[in-house]
Amino acid sequence: MQSTRLIVIRRLLACACSIVPIAGWGADIAQFKVARGSVYLERSGQRLPARVGTHLQATDTVVTGADGSAGIAFVDNSLLSVGPNSVLAIERYAFNSTTHEGAFESSLRKGTLSVVSGKIAKQSPDAMKVKTPSSILGVRGTEFLVHSSD
Amino acid sequence: MHQRCAALLAALVLGGCATPSQDLVVLLPDKEGKVGTVVVQGQKGKTVLNTAYASARTTSDGGVQRGTASQSEVKDVFGSALAAQPPRPISFTLYFESGSDEFTEQSKQEVKRLLAEMARRQASDITVIGHTDQVGPDPSNDALSLQRAERVKSILAGMGIPAERILTAGRGRREPLIPAADGVSEPRNRRVEISVR
Repeated sequence: MQSTRLIVIRRLLACACSIVPIAGWGADIAQFKVARGSVYLERSGQRLPARVGTHLQATDTVVTGADGSAGIAFVDNSLLSVGPNSVLAIERYAFNSTTHEGAFESSLRKGTLSVVSGKIAKQSPDAMKVKTPSSILGVRGTEFLVHSSD
Repeated sequence: MHQRCAALLAALVLGGCATPSQDLVVLLPDKEGKVGTVVVQGQKGKTVLNTAYASARTTSDGGVQRGTASQSEVKDVFGSALAAQPPRPISFTLYFESGSDEFTEQSKQEVKRLLAEMARRQASDITVIGHTDQVGPDPSNDALSLQRAERVKSILAGMGIPAERILTAGRGRREPLIPAADGVSEPRNRRVEISVR
C-alpha cells in the first residue's frame, strides 16, 4: 500500500515538474488542460505561450493558430475549448465557492468554441454569457458550440 | 458546407444581400442525454435553443435563424474544439470516523482512487469542498465546512499533492447529499467532497 502510494505521488510530482512555474492561485481562475499546436495567451499587451498547466487570469485572451486547439478548466468546473484560428477573450470571471454565485463573461472574436457550463451557470441562470461580434448568448446550461467567422 | 456556400452565393447574386451569416450556435445533449438552454440574442432577433442539436445562425440583417444542425456538420465545424475538451471533472466523497480526524476505511480507499485519478490527468488540480448537516445557522456551518476542507487539504498535501494544486471551499449546509429537515443531524451530509479537474 505504501509503495503504490509512493509511485502515485512520484508520478504526480513528475507531472508538476513538467509544467511551467505556477504563480499561485491568487488571481488564477482556470488552467489549460489541453494545448495542441500554437496556443497563446494575451495578457496586458504581452503574448505568452500557453502549455498544459498554464494558469489563466480574468481578462486573459486565448489565441490559437491554424494548427492550434486548447482546452481550459475553470475553478467552477466550467470547461471551455477552442479549435484552430480562434480568439477567445475572458472578460469577466467571479466565483464564490461557498454560494456558487458569480459571473462568467467571455467573447469569441472568431473561431470555434465548445462550452460545458459549470457551477456558476447552474446557480444563476443569467450569470454566464458568451458574446460574439454579432450576438450575445445567455447560458442556462449546459453544453453548446459556437462558431464565429470573421 | 459546400451546399451552404452555394446557397449563400446564390443569395448574394440574386438578392444582393450584404454579408453571409456570421455565427452558428448549436446546443448539445450532455453525457446523460439531458439538454439545457441557450438564448441567442442577435442585433434584431433572438431565439431560444432548448432541444438537442437545435441551432441558431445570425443573418446579415441582424436576425437569428433557428434550425437543426446535423451531427456531420457539428463534426466538420467543431471537431477540433470538441477534441480539445478537457476531461470532465469527477467527484470523490470522504467521511471521517465520528469525532475523529481519521478517514473511514472506505474513505481511505477513496483517497487512493483520488490519487490515481489525479495521476491519470494532465496538470490536474482539485477543489476540496466541505459540507455540513442541517444543524445550526449558515455562518457557523460555512466556517465549519471550510475548516473540514482545510483539514483535508493538509492531509492530502502531506500525502504529496502539491498544495498549490488544492483549492478549498466551504459549502456549509447548502448542498446536503441526503435531503434532511432543518435541525436534523444526518452523518452522511457531514462530508468532504473533492472535485478533480
